[in-house]
Amino acid sequence: MAGRPDAAAGPAPAPLPTGRGIELALLAFAAALVTGALVLVEANQEQELTRSLLYLGLAYLGLFAVAHFAVRKFAPYADPLILPTVALLNGLGLVMIHRIDLARLSSDPDSGSDLATRQVVWTAIGLVLFIVVLWRVRDHRVLSRYAYTAGFAGLVLLALPGLLPSSISEVNGAKLWIRIGPVGMQPGEFAKILLIVFFAAFLVQKRELFSTAGRSFLGMEFPRARDLAPLLVAWGLSVGVLVLERDLGTSLLFFGIMLVLLYTATERVSWMVIGLSFFVGGCLIAYQLFAHVRLRVLTWIDPLQPCPLDDKTFVACYDRGGYQISQALFGLGTGGLGGTGLGAGRPDLVPYAESDFMLSSLGEELGLIGLAAILVLYLVLITRGLRSALAVRDSFGKLLATGLSFTIALQVFIVIGGVSKLIPLTGLTLPFLSYGGSSLVANYALVALLLRISNAARAPLPRKPPTPHVPIAEAGTELVERPT
Amino acid sequence: MNTPVRRIAMAVMAMIVLLLGNLTYVQVVKAGEYRTDPRNKRVLLAEYSRQRGQISAGDQIVASSTETNDRLRYQRQYPKGPVYAAITGYYSPNHGSSGLEAAAEEILNGSDDRLFARRLSDLVTGRDPQGASIALTVDPDVQQVAYDQLASKGYRGAVVALEPSTGAILAMVSTPSYDPSQLATHDASKESAAWAELTSARPPVLNNRAISERYPPGSTFKLIDVAAALSSGRYTPDSQLTAASTIRLANGRTTMENYNGNPCGTGATATMRDALARSCNTAFAQLAAELGIDAIKKQAEAFGIGTQKIQLPMTVADSTLGQIADVTQLQQSSIGQLNVALTPLQNAMIVAAIANGGRLMKPYLIKQITALDLTPVETAEPDMLGQAISPSVAATLTQMMVNNEDSYSGSGKIAGVKIAAKTGTAELGSKTQAPHVWYVAFAPAENPQVAVAVVVENGGDGNDLAATGGKVAAPIGRAVIKKALEKAGAG
Repeated sequence: MAGRPDAAAGPAPAPLPTGRGIELALLAFAAALVTGALVLVEANQEQELTRSLLYLGLAYLGLFAVAHFAVRKFAPYADPLILPTVALLNGLGLVMIHRIDLARLSSDPDSGSDLATRQVVWTAIGLVLFIVVLWRVRDHRVLSRYAYTAGFAGLVLLALPGLLPSSISEVNGAKLWIRIGPVGMQPGEFAKILLIVFFAAFLVQKRELFSTAGRSFLGMEFPRARDLAPLLVAWGLSVGVLVLERDLGTSLLFFGIMLVLLYTATERVSWMVIGLSFFVGGCLIAYQLFAHVRLRVLTWIDPLQPCPLDDKTFVACYDRGGYQISQALFGLGTGGLGGTGLGAGRPDLVPYAESDFMLSSLGEELGLIGLAAILVLYLVLITRGLRSALAVRDSFGKLLATGLSFTIALQVFIVIGGVSKLIPLTGLTLPFLSYGGSSLVANYALVALLLRISNAARAPLPRKPPTPHVPIAEAGTELVERPT
Repeated sequence: MNTPVRRIAMAVMAMIVLLLGNLTYVQVVKAGEYRTDPRNKRVLLAEYSRQRGQISAGDQIVASSTETNDRLRYQRQYPKGPVYAAITGYYSPNHGSSGLEAAAEEILNGSDDRLFARRLSDLVTGRDPQGASIALTVDPDVQQVAYDQLASKGYRGAVVALEPSTGAILAMVSTPSYDPSQLATHDASKESAAWAELTSARPPVLNNRAISERYPPGSTFKLIDVAAALSSGRYTPDSQLTAASTIRLANGRTTMENYNGNPCGTGATATMRDALARSCNTAFAQLAAELGIDAIKKQAEAFGIGTQKIQLPMTVADSTLGQIADVTQLQQSSIGQLNVALTPLQNAMIVAAIANGGRLMKPYLIKQITALDLTPVETAEPDMLGQAISPSVAATLTQMMVNNEDSYSGSGKIAGVKIAAKTGTAELGSKTQAPHVWYVAFAPAENPQVAVAVVVENGGDGNDLAATGGKVAAPIGRAVIKKALEKAGAG
């Protein structure tokens, strides 16, 4: 465990600016951008300035103003860039979802598509959870006390849909849901955070154990075989998700996060090497065993391949398995460099344009330039999170911040890479942009934790009562730990 | 543990760069391919989201778009589908377009440069962008008669009627025809069924015989021989040509005989006038040899054969004389056989030029382009391509052609109207295939209002080996002329 640097060792630092003013200004800027985007959509869709426009804009402003004041009160030193970045992503997502609503309504006026309003409600719920987390978790280190509880809850949430009957849990082939009546949630999104909390705390406690040197090979120190257990557990968990829930994306995400946490905790590159060989092995086995994995790989290689008319069982072709990714590529290609302009494309031609394929909707209307801007937004969010990890003083905080930030990074990579045919397609949502209640709410909790850690990193140290000056000759021996 | 976190930050940046690189590949390098993939519905939906201009002939609307409730906002309709299919072509959601729908795409969808000011005002006034409409030169009654004449008899063939003084197309028909509405349906399964049926139809229905098919002109080509002869100044209609029923051609081996092996009249020689009326092959073979390759070629080119690239705006197939290597081949070509191949439109242009005092006019189909609110955007001006023959040669040739018509039998003659005409019967090199038959004419001879070319493939029913232009094609041509003159008189 890292110790505290001795406050008395240096001159007292000048009080840090809280950055709250910057945060508010950036939130206002985000609100202006989002409102501008909304106006463009309305103009291009030849809509009048309807009341729904006013509601959406005001709801957005109001929600984030509340969130801002909660941050001001509960985490005054939190990183000022994180909340505006998230707000802008969330706002752009809302605009795009509203835009897809309009497209659906124009092609089928009876559909009554109104996902945007629901997403605003989810945003509100997400921000409530955000405030609750900031309010209740006043010090992130408290969380490590509940590590095993979190771990257990996370496991249950993760496994639950896989064990429930398909009628409740299955949507489009993946068993990720718990649906009761019209209400549904994806518990995996929350399990993600709980398991990161558990793994971070667990690794901090057992860190010495995993750092024990084993054999040295190729200039790297490999751990002893018996210390591989946590990695094996993580791997088993991922495979379990893959088998029980038939979801490639979530499986990949979990394994990636566990591996990165293990590496960060131990500082051993060898863990990455071992983990990646496990990953490659898992991929090969999954490819052999599971038809849905094979299909994803084949449609990744050539989604546009025409279907053979005489062989109905062959599905890795355009009209069958490759349809969704092909439509996404058409959308992205049509958008080109500059995009068609907000509201001027046809993103509704892509299935799940508002959730899994949100990227292609954005890429069609905003073009490569717009997507580059969105990627930079994500990069800002992730690097600010990692920056907090670097700056925070305790190991648990470092691991937690690293895990939470990297989750967003990996999820963005898996989703964008999948939709743009860099890697095989897997069903995940783009954090904050895609439609989906569970994802949005869970990610707000995640951001609240990141802000909490960044607050700890940036807050001035509590002043120690001045110690009476003792001549050096009479002073007792003091143990000073080097901060890591 | 800050070192791993820094490395992870680097890895995250690398991941983002990788994503950006791949997106650049998809959205810039491969973008064109994805955008134009026929399975990408976006282009189509954009096309169908604005009202396409209509096509009309006189007061007859032949193609128009009406609003629908489905995903493609406008449905293309062809009220007189088969009659105008050769002109309009089709406009289909999944199988592209043809005819005027393809050739005048930019006018009909509103993206033509001539409509720029219009688009600008649409933008300012917030009006829905619309395509411009096309008014055809076609006379709906003449078109209907031409179509009925061919279709009612089940003929495969084409009719083109021109206004000689301008080159305006009064009728253009190709049979057997099809209904473009079948391909314009938004029901994808019906559309592809129709596509399969129409593309495999025998005889083919989708090609426009009037401008895309080329036929050996047979004896109608003799008009060019006569024009060359008269233009040379060495011949008059009374010049004597051989009347032999058979002659040996220049190479000394090949023989050529007259139709049915008849001699040309009763004497040893016949006047050029008689030879044209009786369409004696031997006489024209002799004449062509005397005139030489250059004279015939030059005359044919002056009439536009092989020299004029014509856009109606649909592209017209190039008519050609083919290779003429020696005098023997010239002799065979001079009776419109061997490799000579003319579109029905080209043959109509030749008689129209004769009717117009030798002035070859550029044929055109679009009379006026109008915005949807009926304000004219552009009105066509007749355009002269060249002087094919002198007015005096044209007058002499006209007299000879009136003489032809007087000598022809066949039905449908119009009392009180002097028609100038020439028939043709183009043999196909096989004795079992009935010949393609032609009738080219204009009327009235003294003040021509209409010029027509009629071609009927394989003599009509395909079995009549004795079919001739006079018997099969002439009645069709006369009916078209009669209707056109009625209209011209009324107008």
